Amino acid sequence: MNAKAIVITSGKGGVGKTTATANVGAAVAQLGDKVAVIDTDVGLRNLDVVMGLEGRVVFDLIDVFEGKCRLKQALIRDKRVEHLYLLAASQTRDKTALSEEHMQETVRQLLEEEGFDRVLIDSPAGIETGFQTAASAATGALVIVNPEVSSVRDADRIIGLLEARGIEEVKLIVNRIRPEMVKRGDMLEVDDILEILGVKLIGIIPEDEKILVSTNIGNPASLSDTHKQSAGSAFRDVAKRMRGEDAPFPSFEGNPTLFSGLRKLFGGS
Amino acid sequence: MFNFLKKPSSKDKVKQRLQLMLAYDRAQFAPGKMEELQEELIEVIKKYFPLEDTDYDVTLERRDDHLVFIANVPVQQ
Repeated sequence: MNAKAIVITSGKGGVGKTTATANVGAAVAQLGDKVAVIDTDVGLRNLDVVMGLEGRVVFDLIDVFEGKCRLKQALIRDKRVEHLYLLAASQTRDKTALSEEHMQETVRQLLEEEGFDRVLIDSPAGIETGFQTAASAATGALVIVNPEVSSVRDADRIIGLLEARGIEEVKLIVNRIRPEMVKRGDMLEVDDILEILGVKLIGIIPEDEKILVSTNIGNPASLSDTHKQSAGSAFRDVAKRMRGEDAPFPSFEGNPTLFSGLRKLFGGS
Repeated sequence: MFNFLKKPSSKDKVKQRLQLMLAYDRAQFAPGKMEELQEELIEVIKKYFPLEDTDYDVTLERRDDHLVFIANVPVQQ
């Protein structure tokens, strides 16, 4: 992706924005970029927890905006990966404490003065102020969608709003694909979702229990899980594609075979 | 091969529903608005043609990258 400031968004809540931000951010840093991940979900901050950095938050984004600290002081360095930093949201304030101007200025400083290669902005759910503020500083977007009717509908709305903001580089991550359900025709395929939404794909992430385990211990799966078909590996692939490296997409295509068709005919599942 | 024997999968249904839903969303149409438009449209056409007293059909349809407005209004011969 050409964009250096990228908002991670979905419209609908609970589809994996924060997980994606942590995992892609960590993986891009591991590949050599200097990365800042910013939590803009003021009042409901979670990115620090998913990354296992909650014990080290002293200053947050709002403190920077209000001049209580310098930007550098609010950047929490992740000790597991070189060049990975977190800028936490405030847990005790609300969305009105953020402004588009402040957000844009913070991202500008990170890129132009602090030498960051990428800034990933974790947006709150919804299409209101919180999302608008997060998107205001971005030149590209990762839209997270689950293969499920309400998530796809909300993603379509969010894509429209991103385009209205002039954000042209919009890439899609299809999260929580369950190959077994796709195979028996009970889950939207990635191709269906791409056809419906009309945006470019950058990642297919399988449903994976290890994501919950990794958030339990606060260690992004993209850093630790080497299994080929894991969500961690799939997030690493997103990071590679973001940097313009080659990473073929795994196939979860579910054209029913003759055998599964016959099985269905005879009442099997 | 056995497609004609098979019930449409839940995936096919959700895809159809989504395509229709998004067609309306994108055109910023509330579903009730379509009926309103149909009535107004018929009134206008009636000024120029005698119309068959049958069902009219007004829909939005996806054709490739475009959303197409289609009105099927039989005219008396």
